[in-house]
Amino acid sequence: MPKLTFSSILLAGALLAPAGVFAQATPIGDAEAGAQVYQRECASCHQIGEGALHRIGPHLNRIFDRRAGSYEEFRYSEALSRQGRDGLRWDLARLHAYIENPRALVSGTRMAYRGLRDEKRRADLIAYIRAYSDQPQNIPEASPTALRAEVELSEETLAIEGDAEFGAFLSAECTTCHQRSGDHAGIPGIVGWPQEDFVVAMHAYKQELRPHAVMQSVAQRLDEEEIAALAAYFENLGN
Amino acid sequence: MKLDRRAFLGTATAATATLAAPAVMGSARPHVVVIGGGSGGATAARYIASGAEGAIDVTLIEPSRMYYTCYFSNLYMGGFWDFDNLGHDYGNVALLGVNIIHDWAIGVDRDAKTVTLASGPSLSYDKLVVAPGIDFVDDAVPGWDVSKQSLMPHAYKSGTQAQLLKHQIENMREGGTYCMVAPPNPYRCPPGPYERISMVAHVLSERNPTAKILIVDPKENFSKQGLFEEGWARHYPGMVERIGPDFGGDRVEVRPDDMEVIIDGQTQNVDVCNVIPAQKAGKIAELAGLTNDAGWAPVMPADMRSRMDEDVFVLGDASHQGAMPKSGFSANSQATVVANVIRGELTGSRIFPARYSNTCWSLIATNDGVKVGAAYEPGEDQIESVSSFISQTGEDAELRRQTYEESIGWYNGIVDDIFG
Repeated sequence: MPKLTFSSILLAGALLAPAGVFAQATPIGDAEAGAQVYQRECASCHQIGEGALHRIGPHLNRIFDRRAGSYEEFRYSEALSRQGRDGLRWDLARLHAYIENPRALVSGTRMAYRGLRDEKRRADLIAYIRAYSDQPQNIPEASPTALRAEVELSEETLAIEGDAEFGAFLSAECTTCHQRSGDHAGIPGIVGWPQEDFVVAMHAYKQELRPHAVMQSVAQRLDEEEIAALAAYFENLGN
Repeated sequence: MKLDRRAFLGTATAATATLAAPAVMGSARPHVVVIGGGSGGATAARYIASGAEGAIDVTLIEPSRMYYTCYFSNLYMGGFWDFDNLGHDYGNVALLGVNIIHDWAIGVDRDAKTVTLASGPSLSYDKLVVAPGIDFVDDAVPGWDVSKQSLMPHAYKSGTQAQLLKHQIENMREGGTYCMVAPPNPYRCPPGPYERISMVAHVLSERNPTAKILIVDPKENFSKQGLFEEGWARHYPGMVERIGPDFGGDRVEVRPDDMEVIIDGQTQNVDVCNVIPAQKAGKIAELAGLTNDAGWAPVMPADMRSRMDEDVFVLGDASHQGAMPKSGFSANSQATVVANVIRGELTGSRIFPARYSNTCWSLIATNDGVKVGAAYEPGEDQIESVSSFISQTGEDAELRRQTYEESIGWYNGIVDDIFG
């Protein structure tokens, strides 16, 4: 199995890359420390390295830049498959978002993992996983290893108390497609979601972490007050 | 003023009694009249009534007891949707507190603030919502008028016309020609004619594979053109031919009794002819003095209020508002803005800044769905697009299938929002 440490990847990049690009390079994390995080957090469900097989979760070789839910022989949740079809690819930003809080990125994921909030440990872990992926670009700023954004929400954003009456007005845009009754077929239901899940999911669309052209367009122009208002409205709808 | 209104309603009571419309009688509550029970009007009526919780009387005037959506009528023609699933009644709208009168509105007196019904009586209003959809421009296609719609159907208002056209397509002679005379801009449902071409091609390629499809089109370009043309070449190779304005697509007349189409002076015999004429706002908008020279009703971008009358709002296809396409989705979106404003002005409830949106899905072939959409906001003079998206050519089959399933989800969602 290829034993590439992050620093050796970076060194190779230094030799090939123009100085200007390299000057901005920041390492993903400490892959050696990440190996320990992997053993503790991931290894009971996911294999990685030579001869790795799908177990409870799919193996993680070559995950970088792979379309989500794309191993035909593995049975994913419908939610993850859907996002894969919508265009979700595992680049650095999305791996960060998914590992931090799986349900924030993919609401209906079957991965029963509480999430890893510690940013440094997460970065180390991803640096470790990265070593088992193809290395089309060894410059961390190039896609798929560039870290543009993650669902970064301040305490203040999460603390906004949603104005449910305003949310009721705004909800008309949602209920043209998402049924108020909570019934769903073809388009997921959104009634009764916990407010925080709703807020995080909408910001993930707004930041284009979650794929889907319609939802990105909808979320784009909602500000944080409006997202909070919708979350407050939909949480209690039907109760 | 209030006394006058009460007095007037008192006299109206006797006349309207036979209509059983009458929560307005003897009531000091404000009264909203909505003309037209489609995606715009029915949405506005129910949102005003349910939001106001009895503080506003709402009357919806709609001639049909059953509303057949235009959207998805193409899928019905293609065999992907049941006719019965296009039809929706007003039972649930009535349960939400909307008075429904099945009649034609034949006149509006904006000075007296009354609407006259075909059966005779008048209704007074404090706020009027006009959502009559479209009518066809007279003589838009020489040789065609509505008296010829059995020979050459338009099938652009759903219902029995859609059934007729489907029947003609399915029973066309082997190797025959289906011709569509496409409309000039602006018209209802920009991708609609081309989704219809896709559905006709789907039916013919299964039942009558040597048949031909001819589109006579006055427009240089059309909605989702790249997506449709890619799909026609892939699914129905060699079947569809389009004559644009460069070859006389804008110089067409028809002879319905002889089933002839004359394109730039050249006579063509066809077997089925689907004439979709140029369009304008539904007639009542014109009778009410709400339309411009082009036949559409100009409105303010902030709240769809008529530029002719501050107590009148025009919704959906009939309105001239700017960048939004004429679609059921747009009308539904506009209606929720109007409902919020009318409630606010009549009861003092909160009025929020408008926002509008639209998405149009189209089906090209089995499991091959595409979409185009945008978000809109009021600009200075008109509604403007603030962001947009469209399906891409070359997308994989799974995504197209998912887009189609999403369109079914949308259909169920919007009819639930309007009629559920």
